[in-house]
Amino acid sequence: MELFAYYLELAFRSLKRSPGLTALMVLAVGFGVSACMTTWSVFRAASGDPIPWKSSQLFVPQMDIWSSSARSGDGEPPDALTYTDALALMRDHRALRQSAIYEIAPAVFPARAGQHPLTLGGYAVYAEFFPMLDLPFLYGQGWSAAEDAAAAPVVVISRALNDKAFGGANSVGRSLDIAGHDYRVVGVIDDWNPQPAYYDVFGTGGYTREGPALFVPFTRAIAGDLENGRTACDAEPSSPGFAGLQRSECVWITFLAELDTPARVRAYRQYLDDYAAMQRRAGRFLGAPNNRLRDLPAFLAAEQVVPGDTRVSFLVAVGLLVVCLFNTVGLLLAKFLRRSGEIGVRRALGAGRGAIYAQFLTEAAIVGLAGGALGLLLTGLGVLGIGAVLQPRLAALATLDVRLLVTTVVVAVLCTVLAGLYPSFRAARVQPAWQLKSD
Amino acid sequence: MTMHPILAALRKHKAGVVLISLQIALTLAIVCNAVFIIGQRVERVNRPTGLDENDLFLVTQQWVGAPSGDDPAGVEKLDVMQREDLAALRNLPDVASVAPSNSVPLLNSSWTGSLSLKPGAQLGSKGGTRTAYYFTDEQALTTLGLHLVTGRAFNAGDVQHQGARDQRDRPVVIVTKALADKLFPQGNAVGKVIYSDGSTAPSTIIGVVERLQIPSTGSWGNAFTWYSTLVPTRLDSSYARYVVRAKPGRRDAAMRAVPAALYAVNPMRVLDDDESVKSFADIRASAYRADVGMAILMGVVCLILLCVTAAGIVGLTSFWVGQRHRQIGVRRALGARKVDILHYFQIENLLIAGAGVVLGVLLAVGLNTWLMTHYEMTRIPLPYVMTGVLAMLVLGQLAVFVPARRASNVPPVTATRAV
Repeated sequence: MELFAYYLELAFRSLKRSPGLTALMVLAVGFGVSACMTTWSVFRAASGDPIPWKSSQLFVPQMDIWSSSARSGDGEPPDALTYTDALALMRDHRALRQSAIYEIAPAVFPARAGQHPLTLGGYAVYAEFFPMLDLPFLYGQGWSAAEDAAAAPVVVISRALNDKAFGGANSVGRSLDIAGHDYRVVGVIDDWNPQPAYYDVFGTGGYTREGPALFVPFTRAIAGDLENGRTACDAEPSSPGFAGLQRSECVWITFLAELDTPARVRAYRQYLDDYAAMQRRAGRFLGAPNNRLRDLPAFLAAEQVVPGDTRVSFLVAVGLLVVCLFNTVGLLLAKFLRRSGEIGVRRALGAGRGAIYAQFLTEAAIVGLAGGALGLLLTGLGVLGIGAVLQPRLAALATLDVRLLVTTVVVAVLCTVLAGLYPSFRAARVQPAWQLKSD
Repeated sequence: MTMHPILAALRKHKAGVVLISLQIALTLAIVCNAVFIIGQRVERVNRPTGLDENDLFLVTQQWVGAPSGDDPAGVEKLDVMQREDLAALRNLPDVASVAPSNSVPLLNSSWTGSLSLKPGAQLGSKGGTRTAYYFTDEQALTTLGLHLVTGRAFNAGDVQHQGARDQRDRPVVIVTKALADKLFPQGNAVGKVIYSDGSTAPSTIIGVVERLQIPSTGSWGNAFTWYSTLVPTRLDSSYARYVVRAKPGRRDAAMRAVPAALYAVNPMRVLDDDESVKSFADIRASAYRADVGMAILMGVVCLILLCVTAAGIVGLTSFWVGQRHRQIGVRRALGARKVDILHYFQIENLLIAGAGVVLGVLLAVGLNTWLMTHYEMTRIPLPYVMTGVLAMLVLGQLAVFVPARRASNVPPVTATRAV
């Protein structure tokens, strides 16, 4: 311990002797680390697991209804289902829990008079959506399967909508005018906006600035003509309107199934293949079954939701850090070897190579620590400033938290100590006799 | 000056030389690719849409409790509502012209399909061309500020209306020059007949506009960025979009007047303050925000990289100058002029940087190839690499100048002193 204090003192004295060089190293480490951390904060948020405790049990079924792998060239089936198939999957109910999902954007009248109506984004889902995705309820709960079957006019609203429409009070049992019809509020969820928005990658493209404001039963949304968001078609629907879309081979419904055991996953896969084969016999699907049943992480990877730019920025920033480290190695080397005389004296007085290592690595660590401190400051600025640079949806994901700050310092110190290894090795190899003689 | 003493000296501190060369190589590799990314983004952001973007804005609105667009009676009612809105907007004092449209360039909300020279062609079949449709009316060209190359603009007689999810024949269309050239490489597209979306009903091209970008800026639209088709049809649904051209310099005033004018026609609608009335400048900014952001980010990284590398060269050369104080003195005492010492360090740096850039060019091309296989990148053009090489050599010379001049100022008398 005493020795360590001695090394610290030596290091400080040495660093003070060449303030320019020291400042240069600290700046390089600080900038390199903060560039990495800032881009990483976006990257980790964008590529994070939105529901880590359950993602390996959530599966997304995909079916190649158009049998036209040529369409995209990669043989991937579309990432959404037709109404026909989504309904068939719901009816057969082979998963532990499951829900067909589609995006709606109805006009909602606030309860207070004199206000203009608002368009609110939401989803048409089945009752099992809420327990399957563990939505956090503030008041009340989701609706029941019976209400699904009855296409009941019930709604689960977000905390934000509850604040706007009901002043934040427990609104369960009250009614809300959605697209001209009264819906009964059965539940209010707390803030819920997982990123990526895995429940609707097809519609959102991956990221959303705000979470859904409301959820209504899928059956009710169909009955009430609440039209969908995105649609993808291989051919024009043969009959017009929303009713025509429901009969068409266009895809517009996403689907999530909870499968908790490998056996269930296998069975579900078999079920999908059987279903596709049956549809083929019925003349609907043209090719051999070309289905996918990926768990959530695999699905998000296959959909490439993380923008390429996010990855490239992070990689470029890592490159920057590497250059900064090369720079630090060079400067440390210069700095350590300049003190060959001092090393020679210390060695001649009985200091072992280990002691020289310890002394110089301590010095490197101090530079790293200072660089880390500067890096903290710059990372803070970087994360705040990234909003000016990135799309708001992505920039909003980058947050300063304790983990990021600790990582910044740890990375800075580790990298600098690593950079100090070779210069210390060279310093420890200094021959005491030769140094003493030459001066 | 002979190279021999310089090379001999370089061999004496291999580690430092290797480190600086590697640093220069990496810097070159990253900066080349980053600047290439910046160049690509700038080019993308600067491409003109074909619109006259000044004084242009877009109104997006939704009626509440509107009749269904799925039955003919509802469609007629919706069309009446849309025409009332158009009339109200056209009557505003600051408005020059208004056209309904399902989208505008850069809005990333598109209706795409395919055009073919044969009737009933399958979507995506050979000979077909992908296109994005703009459903609009006879005021489209003046409102959007499109430049008609040949043929005629739509007139009121051409304009039809339909439910947004219905299909209707499209007797006349206007296409972009790029699309006309693609479909009819021999020219004279005007008067020719095409078939849209596998339909058997012909559409006659009545006009060709110089340029009109599709709404999508995503990579999936890259194959048909300039293949737009204008259809003289009002789409009727509970949503409607109106493109408005304000009188010169009156855009903001016109935008402010819109909500009140539309609420006066019918208060039962959603008109959100920030999202519903949007200037084209805002649409452009949000469409390219990611690209501009990436360019800025790459620029910042390049700047830091160059500074760090320059500082590294200054630092290491200063160290070498200090280390060789005595030798410099000896050389000076033996008759070397100041400028010889200066040149010595400059040439030494040139050699180191030269080795660095040779490796750097290889790394740059390697990195580019890697990016090409994993991300949307194209082959980096030679001028980028050459400029990068030149920039690194100049940077090296600039960085070495200060320590080299200090070296040249070492007095000959140093040779006689013990250190």
